[in-house]
Amino acid sequence: MSRAAQVSGSIRRRLIGQLVLGSAVLAAVLVLLVINLARNVAQDTQDSILMASVTSILDTMTVRDGEISVDLPYAALSMLGNVSEDRVFYRILADGQLLTGYDDLPDPGAPGREGGYVTAPYAETEIRMATAERRLSVGGTPIMVTVSVAQTRQGLMQTLAQVSRVGGAVGVGFFVLAALLAVLTTQSGLRPLRDLAGAVSRRGPKDLRPVKGPVPQEMAPLVTSLNSFIDRLRYSLSRSEDFIAEAAHRVRTPLFTVRTQAEIALRRVERPENRAAIKEMIRALDESSRAAGQLLDHAMVTFRTDHLEKEKVRLDELAEELVDRLRPVADLRDIGLSTQSAGNPVVQGDAVLIENALRNVLDNAIKYSATDSDVAMRIGQQGGQSFIEVRDHAGGFPEGALHRMTERFARGDNAGGTVGSGLGLTIAREVLEAHGGRLTLENKGDGACVTLWFPAS
Amino acid sequence: MRFLLVEDSMTLASAVLDRLRLDGHVVDHAPDVEQARAYASAADYDLILLDIMLPDGDGRDFLKSHRLARNETPVIVLTARSAVSDRVSVLDLGADDYITKPFDFSELEARCRAVLRRRGGGASTVQRFGDITFDPLAGTLCVDDRRVSLRNKELRLLEIFLSAPDRIFSKPKLVDRLFSYDEDVSDNAIEVYVGRLRKHLAGSDVEIVTVRGMGYRISRA
Repeated sequence: MSRAAQVSGSIRRRLIGQLVLGSAVLAAVLVLLVINLARNVAQDTQDSILMASVTSILDTMTVRDGEISVDLPYAALSMLGNVSEDRVFYRILADGQLLTGYDDLPDPGAPGREGGYVTAPYAETEIRMATAERRLSVGGTPIMVTVSVAQTRQGLMQTLAQVSRVGGAVGVGFFVLAALLAVLTTQSGLRPLRDLAGAVSRRGPKDLRPVKGPVPQEMAPLVTSLNSFIDRLRYSLSRSEDFIAEAAHRVRTPLFTVRTQAEIALRRVERPENRAAIKEMIRALDESSRAAGQLLDHAMVTFRTDHLEKEKVRLDELAEELVDRLRPVADLRDIGLSTQSAGNPVVQGDAVLIENALRNVLDNAIKYSATDSDVAMRIGQQGGQSFIEVRDHAGGFPEGALHRMTERFARGDNAGGTVGSGLGLTIAREVLEAHGGRLTLENKGDGACVTLWFPAS
Repeated sequence: MRFLLVEDSMTLASAVLDRLRLDGHVVDHAPDVEQARAYASAADYDLILLDIMLPDGDGRDFLKSHRLARNETPVIVLTARSAVSDRVSVLDLGADDYITKPFDFSELEARCRAVLRRRGGGASTVQRFGDITFDPLAGTLCVDDRRVSLRNKELRLLEIFLSAPDRIFSKPKLVDRLFSYDEDVSDNAIEVYVGRLRKHLAGSDVEIVTVRGMGYRISRA
């Protein structure tokens, strides 16, 4: 009956996917932020050193004898050399005319009062240049002196590359850690769900108790509706079976009352023709009662085979119990019941149904057997299948009718006055077919041999 | 025997009462759990026939308290269904057997006999007539020092004869009580069993006499 659920996506995969994707984005942003910050810090450092040397050069400039004199302070440039292996360039202009230094340094643009910075290609590499101006008075004429100091950016680039590497490694580490955490969190977050599924699927076929045990708040609605579903299922199952039992009871009780009164009347009646009539009546009542019982048995069997719930059934124990139960009835007619079992005939099935099938077969055997005869049952295994064989000495099935004996309402020509509905073997056959087995009928010796075959479990 | 019938359906109960009384049994009827308790504590019964669904409670509750009170009277449960789960629950609660309603009286009688035999309660049921001793529960007949095990039909036939010594039983009446109605037997079938009983009784002072045109009776020589 169980059908695989239609699967659309997986919470686990989706959760892990979203968490991993999120941590990847976070890691990338983190790396970019770190690199950007490092670049700004490194740039600021270089800039302030460049500007410091520009300022110190400007400070040393004086006017001597109407000439501008520059005394390049060694410290101003060595400050730069100390920082890295980068090359240093400078240029000093007076009113745009080169005083000293490298004339081909790029144009500083408008340096402004606080000085300016520019990054430009130079000498087959890239330089960072700081520029500042100062007004000097030469013989009463104001002259604008512009000092530029530049430095290549290899050191800076190397530092940046290093920072990027470290940043990248930190980012990847962060990502791996976050992904790992995502997987672990998802697993533990979904554990209650898995536990619930396990607890429900481990249940036996008859177990319709509500699901108990603490569940997380989010799963409470699921468990609540599961429990109410189980409740409804149990209710409707019990109602169907109750209905069948109740219907049988309702039909058979009045028949029983009438039959009992007929029996009492029979004791008091002497005239043979009246006695024959009452006996006929009792027989008809028995027939109706039995037919009603079997019709409802048949309905019950159909209902249960439609909702077949299997559990382990020991055929030998089931047969022994049934024989103990039927023995008083068989004793009434001095019919001996014997069972003989071998092996370990365990089958997967519905014990109620199997018992019903076997009871119908045994009922038949007892019913058709003559007083003082025996009915023998053999339980065992053969070729992987388990079987229960019931043999009697009642003359067997009519030849030629063997194949149709299990059809509904079919009765042998030898049924005679024996009360029966013709449903017994049909019920047995349907039960076995529902279990993947079969019912075989044969005539052996002076009687019938009916065998219930069950597939290997 | 003395029965207590606990059953709420009046039509069903009166049919059972009539039928059991016809066989010479003493039967009290309790329609609910309360009266069942009152009857069970007031008198000693050989057997209690107990319905499960009663107006003022569950027959199983009665069964439980009956067993808790160490009342040893055997109980046969009358159930409306034959599901395995029901059977297991009543047997677990201490019922001796169950029978599905509606039942055949000969089946009920057979079950009662089986239950009483299992309980071994029966020195009181042993009957003495002439120089024979008959134990219907064990199914044995003692003549002198000879003990014979009787088959079911012989046993029941002897039981019927001994229930009213010297009374004449007609063949049709005996057939009614010995065979079920779906067995197509002639009245003469009874002769086989009378013949067997006579063989068992040989050597005693008890004999089954043929009353020509009337039937049989058992009497002391």
